[in-house]
Amino acid sequence: MAHFKKKQAGTKQEVPTSAMPDVVFMLLFFFMVTTVLREVTLKVKVDLTQAENIEKIEKKRLVSYIYIGPERLENGKLGEDKVQIDDDIIEDIGAIRTLMYDKLLEEQRLIVSLRVDENSTFGLLTEVQEELKQAGTFRVNYSTKREN
Amino acid sequence: MLLKKRKRESADINGSSMADIAFLLLIFFLVTTTINVDTGIGLMLPPPLDPTQEPPPIKERNLMKILVNPQGIIVMNDNQVLLNDVKPTIIEFIKNPTNDPNLSETPQKAIVSLKTTEETPYKVYIDMLDEVVGAYREIRNEAARANYGVPYGALEEGSAQQEAVQDIYPKRISIAEQDRD
Repeated sequence: MAHFKKKQAGTKQEVPTSAMPDVVFMLLFFFMVTTVLREVTLKVKVDLTQAENIEKIEKKRLVSYIYIGPERLENGKLGEDKVQIDDDIIEDIGAIRTLMYDKLLEEQRLIVSLRVDENSTFGLLTEVQEELKQAGTFRVNYSTKREN
Repeated sequence: MLLKKRKRESADINGSSMADIAFLLLIFFLVTTTINVDTGIGLMLPPPLDPTQEPPPIKERNLMKILVNPQGIIVMNDNQVLLNDVKPTIIEFIKNPTNDPNLSETPQKAIVSLKTTEETPYKVYIDMLDEVVGAYREIRNEAARANYGVPYGALEEGSAQQEAVQDIYPKRISIAEQDRD
C-alpha cells in the first residue's frame, strides 16, 4: 500500500525575535532625538491660519516666537488680544524692542516667527512689527499651517 | 580530594525584560513627540524710516499698492478685487507683457506695497500675502524652467542659478505705514 507522507517545509515557523530589542532601541533613540518637549505654556489662544505658498524653517535654533492672540483667562474664557514672548505676556509693547534686540545680539540670523491667532485683527501686530523694525530683527515669518 | 562546594553565582544580568523597558520608553516618547515642522510665510520687514530723510522716489507705475480694509476687502491700486484675482494681477503687473504704461517698467523695478489698517482681519491679510508669494513663486518657477529646465525649488540654495532667477524677479514686498489719525 502506498503511503503518502505529508511533506513538510524544512523551515521553522517562528519569527526570530532575538533582534527585537535592538529594533525597539533604534526606534526609541529616533524618537528621543526628534522629541521636542513643549517649551512654553501658552497664555494666549493661537489658532493658526492656513496658507499654500509656505516655506519650512529648517534651522530651529534661529527661531524666536512671538504669540499674539486672545488671552486665556482663569475661568476658561478669552480676554483681550495680548502678546506673549517666551513664557510671559508682554503688557508694555515698547519692551519688545529691547527684548528682541537682546535676542538678536545672541543670534545674528534670528528669525522671528509670528504666531498670530487667525481671528485677531492687525492693530496689535502692527505695533509689534514696528518694535521689531526698531530692534533690527527684520526677518519674520508668519506662521501658518499647510492648506489641505 | 576537596570539592569546591560554593556554587558560583551566575554573572550575567537577566536581559529578558530589556525589551519591555525599551518598549515602555518607546511608547512614552511616541506619545510625547510632536514632529512639528515650522511652516509659514517668510518676509523681510523694511528698516525703520528715518524721519529726517525723504523716502526714495518711486515711480507710481512701479508700485502696486494693496490695501486690506477693515471689512476684509482687498483693494489693489484703488480697484476692489477678489482674492482669486490677486495672483494674476500681480503677475501681470510684474511681467507687464503688453508694455502697459500703468504697469511696472521692468520686473526688477516692481514693488508690491502692502497696507493694512488697525482692524484688518489677520486671516484675510495672510490669504492675500499667500497669493502674492504664490505669484512670485510662479514666475520664478517659470524663469527657472526656461533657463535651467528645473523648477525654482529644485535649484540649489544659494547657488548662482538661484541668484540669477532672483535677479530676474526680485521679491520686493514692502509694508507701508498705517495711516495715523
